[in-house]
Amino acid sequence: MNIRTDPKALKADPLAIERKVVGRSHPHDSARRHVRGEAIYIDDMPELPGTLHLAPVLSPVAKGKLKNIDTSAALDLNGVASVITAADIPGSNEAAPILANEPFLAEDEVLHVGQIVAVVAATSFELAQQAARLVVLDIEEKAPNFDLDTAFDADDFTHPTQLLASGDAASEMAKADEVISGSLTMGGQDHFYLETHIALAILGEDEDMLVWSSTQHPTEVQVHTALALGVASHRVDVQIRRMGGAFGGKESQPTIIAGLAAVMARLTGKPCSFRLRRHDDMAATGKRHGFKMDWQVGVSKTGRIAAMKVKALANSGHVADLTGPVVTRALTHFDNCYHLPATDFTGFSAKTNTVSNTAFRGFGGPQGILASEAMIDEIARHLGKDPNEVRAVNYYGPGTGEETPYGQPVDDNRITDVVDRVMENAEWTRRRIEIDEFNAKSPVLKKGLAMMPVKFGISFNLTALNQGGALVHVYMDGSVHLNHGGTEMGQGLNTKVAQVVAEVFGLPLDAISITPTTTGKVPNTSATAASAGSDLNGAAAFNAATAIRARMAKAAAEHFDCPVEDIIFEDGSVSAGGRSITFGTLAKHCWAERIGLSEAGFYKTPKIHWDGKTLKGRPFFYYTYGAAVSEVVIDTLTGENRCLRTDIVQDCGKPLNPVIDLGQIEGGFVQGMGWLTCEELWWDDKGKLRTIGPSTYKIPGSRDVPPVFNVSILDDKPNREDTVFRSKAIGEPPLMLAISVWLALRDAVSSLSGGRYAAALNAPATPEAVLIAVDAMKEKVVSKDG
Amino acid sequence: MRQHGGMTEPITFDLNGAPTSAECRADRTVLEWLRGDALLRGTKEGCAEGDCGACSILMRAPDDDRYRPANSCILLMGQVEGASLMTVEGLAAMGPDGHPVQSLMAENGSSQCGFCTPGIVCALAGLGDGDTAVDEPAVHEALAGNLCRCTGYRPIVEAALATAPVKLNAASPSGGRRASVGSANSQMHHPGNFEELWAVMKTHPGSPLLAGGTDDNLSVAQAHTRHDNIISLRAIAELARIETNATHLSIGGAARWCDMLPHLEMHWPSFAAMLRRFGSVQVRSVSTMGGNLATASPIGDSAPSLIALDSALVLKSSAGERRVSVEDFYTGYRETILRENEVIAAIEIPLSKDVEFRVYKVSKRYDQDISTVCGAFSVRMDGEKIASARIAFGGMAATPVRCRSAESLLVGKPLEALNDARISDAIEADLAPMSDMRGTANYRMRVARNLPKRLALDLSGEIVEVMAL
Repeated sequence: MNIRTDPKALKADPLAIERKVVGRSHPHDSARRHVRGEAIYIDDMPELPGTLHLAPVLSPVAKGKLKNIDTSAALDLNGVASVITAADIPGSNEAAPILANEPFLAEDEVLHVGQIVAVVAATSFELAQQAARLVVLDIEEKAPNFDLDTAFDADDFTHPTQLLASGDAASEMAKADEVISGSLTMGGQDHFYLETHIALAILGEDEDMLVWSSTQHPTEVQVHTALALGVASHRVDVQIRRMGGAFGGKESQPTIIAGLAAVMARLTGKPCSFRLRRHDDMAATGKRHGFKMDWQVGVSKTGRIAAMKVKALANSGHVADLTGPVVTRALTHFDNCYHLPATDFTGFSAKTNTVSNTAFRGFGGPQGILASEAMIDEIARHLGKDPNEVRAVNYYGPGTGEETPYGQPVDDNRITDVVDRVMENAEWTRRRIEIDEFNAKSPVLKKGLAMMPVKFGISFNLTALNQGGALVHVYMDGSVHLNHGGTEMGQGLNTKVAQVVAEVFGLPLDAISITPTTTGKVPNTSATAASAGSDLNGAAAFNAATAIRARMAKAAAEHFDCPVEDIIFEDGSVSAGGRSITFGTLAKHCWAERIGLSEAGFYKTPKIHWDGKTLKGRPFFYYTYGAAVSEVVIDTLTGENRCLRTDIVQDCGKPLNPVIDLGQIEGGFVQGMGWLTCEELWWDDKGKLRTIGPSTYKIPGSRDVPPVFNVSILDDKPNREDTVFRSKAIGEPPLMLAISVWLALRDAVSSLSGGRYAAALNAPATPEAVLIAVDAMKEKVVSKDG
Repeated sequence: MRQHGGMTEPITFDLNGAPTSAECRADRTVLEWLRGDALLRGTKEGCAEGDCGACSILMRAPDDDRYRPANSCILLMGQVEGASLMTVEGLAAMGPDGHPVQSLMAENGSSQCGFCTPGIVCALAGLGDGDTAVDEPAVHEALAGNLCRCTGYRPIVEAALATAPVKLNAASPSGGRRASVGSANSQMHHPGNFEELWAVMKTHPGSPLLAGGTDDNLSVAQAHTRHDNIISLRAIAELARIETNATHLSIGGAARWCDMLPHLEMHWPSFAAMLRRFGSVQVRSVSTMGGNLATASPIGDSAPSLIALDSALVLKSSAGERRVSVEDFYTGYRETILRENEVIAAIEIPLSKDVEFRVYKVSKRYDQDISTVCGAFSVRMDGEKIASARIAFGGMAATPVRCRSAESLLVGKPLEALNDARISDAIEADLAPMSDMRGTANYRMRVARNLPKRLALDLSGEIVEVMAL
């Protein structure tokens, strides 16, 4: 069956249609350029004559009154063009993505070590770095705070407290058979995108400014750059072809880098390139939020949860940035796959004198789910049950439409689909026995095994953000120019969107050219975030292409003198009743007939609504589901640990591109494993981050990947909701499957008590954290059991 | 004898097969030169500290027979004098589809954002230019110095395993290393023998001596420290020599890790296994044991093993030679007894057939991480009893520490004595660890206390490390 001209036919029966381009494993569009060193990142672009290079001056203290900035020594250096401070910004010194009072450059006070206080421009990158070291800051130091509880006790928050309640948690807790409580701390995470932050600002005529920015959010860069320059948004054009990784770290943070580059370009009249050195990038830009979760659950003797209460304390850092919605997503993911009849969740955004935390793949979801899975583990050990048994009695029922604490019915439930499949793939029963036998014989090395499911809500919580745009041109030779509002950070979005457009036109993938994202072509975009890139932009491109195709089909029908329903777009040709012309011939014909061959496509996610005050509504268009089983081994003498095997089953709907989705699953999992094991942010007692490069901050290497790593995509499960070709989002959800590794580490520690006691293990589970948990478990066994 | 520091010549080398001459400061990093001067921007900067591998290129040293990966961010232009370099662009030019690993990676989903990819291509092309079998452990070892944040590595490892090794055509640049190269205000001198070395040290007193530079060059890459004159030790054949005689293995002070690894592998597999972890292939291709000792970093991973093995250093100056034990070499944080006019001429490790040697490195990540604790043990057995023992720790104080009281407690005891709390207590008494980003003092102490227990199990034939499973 071929694609018909009726746009509805494209979506109506996604399984029955044999797709030519969509659903196939095309390599990343830039793969050949990547491996040949021919993919151009912003720092690789040819340098314009007169280009200045920028370097930041960072605060050396965590909190203080900024009394004076002496730039004279820096300015005396031959080749230094300018040093700017907050007072030099022509427009507004405001970079806050949501709230306010989050400056580009520190004004009267500094609030964390590494805060950008001034920017130097010089004729070379090296000279700018040297000059930055010569800027003298006079700061009257004040007592900083790095502790979440201290901030909580002082009501020192960056964002209003959020409450999510359902049922009568207090009375259900009182009636419960058992009440269990605990506290869990989890560290943050540096994005460690390989390409550090960079922007290149180029003056145009009059007030015009072109900004190349390594950003997931060109519109936000545009808006804030315009405000900083004191000009209207239409004066600023922001472009990005590709980022060298982002992971949320380039959602709100690029605003600061790009805005300052543009201000410097305006003030000096020269093109300005602002690239952060790795150490500066890690000191000055935000990370994943660490959290402290104080929790209490009331359960029945079977392990069924009656009520759950959590106080979530997020480390916001020095300003709010995106902490508000990160906390919202944490609160809306405490349920994970479990139906909670009564809940009382409070979320606090604790202000500390550390760099402001920001978006990072999962956006609070991983922290929420980590807490819920820790609770399941504690409940099971407390009741003497298998954790998977406790999970099973709490799963949202299939087909029941049971509601989440925020009032959204779970009506596309695939929990048992993924769980049953992964338990089978992982040969759970056999391996559980083997691992217990291993542990009985092995005096020092102990193994652990754990399964966990993930349910992740897809859509931005804030309804307004759920819109996408695209611009498609068909040229007279039949080649297609594609532009959309999403950004390419490695996730293969451009490839997927191009596949959608190729499918609509019946063209091979290489007939579609992928072009840099620019605010000049698609305006008012949302960040490429929340895993929604292909849902939003793919659908918008689909709408644009479909509209052009409808016009072309009409012209073809007139040409062939047949009903428009008979026109088929396939393999680069357009045909009806045995007659055929090439797509290019039809394009030329349409031009001659004065038929428009360009279209701006738009898409807004249907069905969603959200009340940000009560935290109730249907924030998510749909859910994705996944499950993982991981096996680990720990060394009880040193705490060293390793994941030996992981099995994953992930729901991708009907994937647009299976190999790209597979890459997201594997990469997300390994990144999550890093967050929960070897990646540790460490500040000294002055609040200086001392893990500011790969020599001290350890992300997983190739040998850390489980040697047995079986990943499969749930078969034949098109999205129940009407997404583009019934696909599902994939960017974030797999990261949370790494929680299975952390749970398996807990299981290995628990094995020292025959599995009876829960491990006192926080995250990340570094060797040190594991050894502490091992020693605590040994002491507990001695003290409890004698 | 060649004259150093008179006439400064441009730096000459082969770049992607073409003879190249660079008139630039000798202390300019190769990465800066490639991207800024040669406009070859396929090679990326990810960290400028030699730890992420995005800047990896291939280098064939003048005295080498193959290309090896190196981190161009911490390699100075003066160091590539007489060498052959290959970048990702050079590999791409090998044919319509470039080097086989490039097309296999492109087809196999091995890149996502693509920023680490050129470095990984170089690392894997370097693996293929060697003579080791390309199996999974070899691929992991080849990738230990390359970080990828997107893919989770599986498609990269698969592509590497599918790549048939390709010998890179190593045209030999003429002339070897010339005496003094660079620019008028920054030169690198390459003395070819000790006589030339003493002369150039006299002409440029106080100038840094450079072996591989993987530690020293960090200050150039990070803080743009400038050097008017740098004296390279790599052209002195005696310093690169590795010899085995009846009593010991003698390693030249400027011999590279990659050259000595097979020798260590033969005599002390545990030492070799640890060295594979502490430096990536990129680091081992240029760096040296002499450099690791002379920089006297408290986290230098070779010292504990050398002390446990009762090794000695031959220190040489124009005035003569002296021999000191490695144990006595260190005097404080980054301080040694090395005099300003001296170099480490050789490291001598005694060969003893009846000594059991084990070194255990504990770190947050297995590969390419700095030790939180590094404990080295050598035990000589007399029947069922321990005749003598040497125990040394690194990462536990300002200098490597030998634990003499624990050693003497062990003499005359059976191996099970390693489990005795008194041994742990004795070790604890000898150590004063610090707390830092790699671990608290408490953790370091607990691990140090526990390592003798691991040794006991290890010597009884048990699997003792998680990576062995």
